[in-house]
Amino acid sequence: MNLVMIFFGAIFFNNFIFNRFMGICPFLGVSKRLDTSVGMGMAVAFVMTVASTLTWLLQKLLVLWHLEYMQTIVFILVIAALVQFVEMFLQKVSPTLYKALGVYLPLITTNCAILGIAILNIGLGYNLLETIIHSLGASAGFTLAMVILAGIREKLELSDVPEAFSGVPIALITAGIIAMAFSGFVL
Amino acid sequence: MSILKELKRGIFLENPTFRLVLGMCPTLAITTLAINGIGMGLATTAVLIGSNAVVAALKNVIPSQVRIPSYIVIISTFVTIISMLMEAYVYPLYEALGIFLPLIVVNCIILGRAEAYASKHSVGKSILDGLAIGLGFTLSLTVIGSIREILGAGSIFGYNLVGENVSMATIFSLPPGAFFTLATLMALINALTRKKSPGKKTAPAKREA
Repeated sequence: MNLVMIFFGAIFFNNFIFNRFMGICPFLGVSKRLDTSVGMGMAVAFVMTVASTLTWLLQKLLVLWHLEYMQTIVFILVIAALVQFVEMFLQKVSPTLYKALGVYLPLITTNCAILGIAILNIGLGYNLLETIIHSLGASAGFTLAMVILAGIREKLELSDVPEAFSGVPIALITAGIIAMAFSGFVL
Repeated sequence: MSILKELKRGIFLENPTFRLVLGMCPTLAITTLAINGIGMGLATTAVLIGSNAVVAALKNVIPSQVRIPSYIVIISTFVTIISMLMEAYVYPLYEALGIFLPLIVVNCIILGRAEAYASKHSVGKSILDGLAIGLGFTLSLTVIGSIREILGAGSIFGYNLVGENVSMATIFSLPPGAFFTLATLMALINALTRKKSPGKKTAPAKREA
C-alpha cells in the first residue's frame, strides 16, 4: 500500500516538473515534438532508476566511513560515469535503442532530476525497494509532463502567438496552466 | 572601463536567465521570496567565481578528453564548501534553499562558463566573467522573487506592504505563479529589445538544451 502511494505520489502530488521544479532544462528543450519527448522520458527513466539504486548503496558506504559531506561530489561523479557507461553499453548491445536515445543520453548528466532524486531518496529515508519505486514513479511523472507539453506545443506551432511570447515564454505559460491542473491533486 | 563592459555583458546582454535561458530549475523553484532569490544568486556567484578561477588556472594541465569530469569535480568541491559555510553561518537560508543548494552542481550556467569561457581565458578575466554572469543571475532571481513575493504574499524582503487583512493572489507563491512570472518577464524583455532595433528581427530567447 505504501509503495503504491509512493509511486502515484511521485507522478501526481509531487510531480518532478510541476511541483519540485527539477529537470526543467530538458523539459523546455526537448518538448517541441512528441516522439523526442517520449525518447527523453525513457532515457531519464532508465538512468534515474539505476542511478538512485547505485547512490542508495553508496550512501551506506559513506555513512559507514563517516564521509557524508562528500555526498554531492560522489553522487555526481557516479551519475556522470553511469551515463557514459550506459552510452557505451547501449552502442555495443543495442544500436537501435542507442540511436533512439543517443542524443539525449549526454544531456542527462546535467539533468538535475537525476541528482535531485538521489539526494531526495536519502533525505526521505527510503529503503532500497521504496527508492526504486520512487524513481520509477518520478520518471513516469516526468515523461507524462513532457508528453502533455509536447502535445500542446505541436498545436501551438500552428496557432497565432503574440510575437513577444513565441518560443520559450508561451511554453512557460502553457506549463503554468498545466501546473494549475496538477495542483488540483494536492488540494 | 573594461570591467564595466564585462559587467554590462553579464547582467544585460548575456543575462543567463532571460537571454540564454539557463539554470531554469532554481529560477523557478526557490523564487517564492525575494531573499531566497538573493541567497541562491549569491551562492551560485560564489561557486561560479571559484570554479572559473580554478578551471582557468588549470587549463593547461587538464587533458581535453577528461575535461568535463574534471570540471564537475572542481564545481562540486566549491558547492560543498559553500553549502557547509551556509549551514554554519546562515542556517535559515540554508533551510529555505534546501535541496537546490547541492543541485548548484548541475546548474548548466556554471559548467557552461567553465567550458565556454574559463578554459580559454586568463584567471583574472575568468574571475571577472564569473562575477558578471553571477550578478546577472542574482539580479534576475531577485526580480522574479520580488514580484512573486509582492503579488503572492503582499510583502517585500519580509516587510509587509498591504496590512494584515488583505488576501493576495496566493497562486504567485505556488508553482504555477513561477511559470507565469518568468514567462511574462521574458516576453516583456523580448518586446522591449525588439522595439530598440526595429530594423533587424532578433530571435526570441531560445536555446537547444
